[in-house]
Amino acid sequence: MNSILSVLARRLATTTLVLFGVSVLIFLIARIIPGDPARIALGPRATPEQVERMRETLHLNEPLVTQYFYFLSDLLRGDLGISLYTNRPVMTDIAQFLPATLELVLLAGIFMVAIGLPLGALAARHRGGWPDNIIRVLTLMTVSAPSFVWAVILVLLFSYYLPLFPIAGRIHETIMIPPVTGFMLIDTILAGSWDGFWSALHHLILPAFALSLSGIGQAARLTRSNMVEVYDQPYIEMAQSYGFPEDRIARKYAFKPSLIPSLTIIGLDFAALLGNAFLVETIFAWPGISRYGVGVILQKDLNAIVGTVMIISATFLIANIIVDLLVAYINPRIRYAERSK
Amino acid sequence: MKRALTILLSNPLSVVGLTLVTFVVLTALLADFISPYPEHAGAVVDFLNANKPPSAEYWLGTDVVGRDQLSRIFYAYRVSLGLGVVVLAIAVPIGVTVGLVAGYLGGWADYVLMRITDVFLSIPPLVLALAIMGLLEPTLLNGMIAVTAMWWPWYARLVYNITRAQKVEGYVLAAEVIGAGKLHIIFREILPNCMPSIITKMTLDFGFVILIAASLSFLGLGVQAPTPDLGSMVSEGTRYLPDSWWLTVFPGIAILIAVFGFNLIGDVLREVLDPDL
Repeated sequence: MNSILSVLARRLATTTLVLFGVSVLIFLIARIIPGDPARIALGPRATPEQVERMRETLHLNEPLVTQYFYFLSDLLRGDLGISLYTNRPVMTDIAQFLPATLELVLLAGIFMVAIGLPLGALAARHRGGWPDNIIRVLTLMTVSAPSFVWAVILVLLFSYYLPLFPIAGRIHETIMIPPVTGFMLIDTILAGSWDGFWSALHHLILPAFALSLSGIGQAARLTRSNMVEVYDQPYIEMAQSYGFPEDRIARKYAFKPSLIPSLTIIGLDFAALLGNAFLVETIFAWPGISRYGVGVILQKDLNAIVGTVMIISATFLIANIIVDLLVAYINPRIRYAERSK
Repeated sequence: MKRALTILLSNPLSVVGLTLVTFVVLTALLADFISPYPEHAGAVVDFLNANKPPSAEYWLGTDVVGRDQLSRIFYAYRVSLGLGVVVLAIAVPIGVTVGLVAGYLGGWADYVLMRITDVFLSIPPLVLALAIMGLLEPTLLNGMIAVTAMWWPWYARLVYNITRAQKVEGYVLAAEVIGAGKLHIIFREILPNCMPSIITKMTLDFGFVILIAASLSFLGLGVQAPTPDLGSMVSEGTRYLPDSWWLTVFPGIAILIAVFGFNLIGDVLREVLDPDL
């Protein structure tokens, strides 16, 4: 396990550094904005004395560097301050809304891999032929419209005209599930409600698919181009001259090595899913981080904006570490290196 | 340039792409002359004709205050394209310079500049833009700042990787040996070799800037009313689904047409000029 552990250690170190950088960046953006945060927090009718007292409690009169360290130490204790929008700790708000978003993003990620990779492999196997051309045009189309446009089109087609999927929400309104993890699929199982589980899954499919469409396109295009590169290698030519069936060559010799570079980039595409979830959630009235995020932005709720960005960035970085570990695990060059030690 | 045009005209995909982009650019430029109702680009109300489905009079229907959707889409294209030009004109030079300097100088410049780039890359792009828009006022100018801030790091990464590969090439070593200055080497020797990749990426990105700008205004954080914008048109229309489908479907397809056009061109360019991108 040594080299995988060393990958993990290296990634954790850079991630910590990057997260530190994100905190500086967000802090700076939050501080250079015009307007006094104390005044914004108290509203226009507060007296100058009240504002001054607020400035003291928020440490706004100290030098910028000192302010940053107050901010950082709160952050490390998991204290993101109080949201002006909901009047609750930002951490509580995020803990409530984030699982719904993550559930959506995870299923979209599964669609992205489960549909995108085979589609790309199919295109590469028939490179230059008609399946390749059709897949190329289709995948270019899916990346050419924002996810909310796909969401609108899917809802019109599959919820209104063909009532196959629910229009909005996370679960059928008559089913009550006590929130434990916030992940509806897990909570319904914990509550022992299979009806609830199927209902939650049924509600999840259309928004997750809308969210995943551009990711599917990206994943397919990436897989195709990486696989086509592998097809240029001499060992493929050798396999062909031995008369191995094309499908077997595609599956065993061309697809697998192309997976390693593809997966790394797909980890990056996860970032796009997290951002795009904002757009899809709006259409499906999905009670995730989007409504909260846009709400706090419109209210200029400083603590909540900073907190949301920090948490989403952290989630994204963790997802990338997981992808890197996965890649390290499936990469025989890393896996065999351990065995020989 | 001539070579690129020959390539684009010989591939059916890019011919379709060129046609779509030409259509979009022409409608944006000539919006004043070809719009059936040019005055509908502003804050006009005509409640007698509100929320009308597509007809001979209003090809794409009217919105909830009775404005012609076709005219508004033409004017929205003008805003989107302008945004794309401005964002790329700022983001590309910044990103390219950072990438060149970090890649060629190496050492601490490399470390500091590329770690800053990593920080920007580690915030989901739309979320970074949202945060900037949220902390500033949601106006067109700030929208451009937000989108620019999320765009330059991708160019820094791209150019950085090319520079690192180029700086050990013979022509760079030759220039170093005859005593050329660092600035000369960076901008006169290495930069021209990055251009095919940069131009290909710009073509693809032009579509994506339009897409992101539409996404921001869809959330109510971009172009503000009464300026027509494809994203906010979809957003307003979602409240009238499914009956007034034309309110969301047509602006949505308008986004698809523009972005698809740029992507088709970019995809063909990439295949020929820079398969690694």
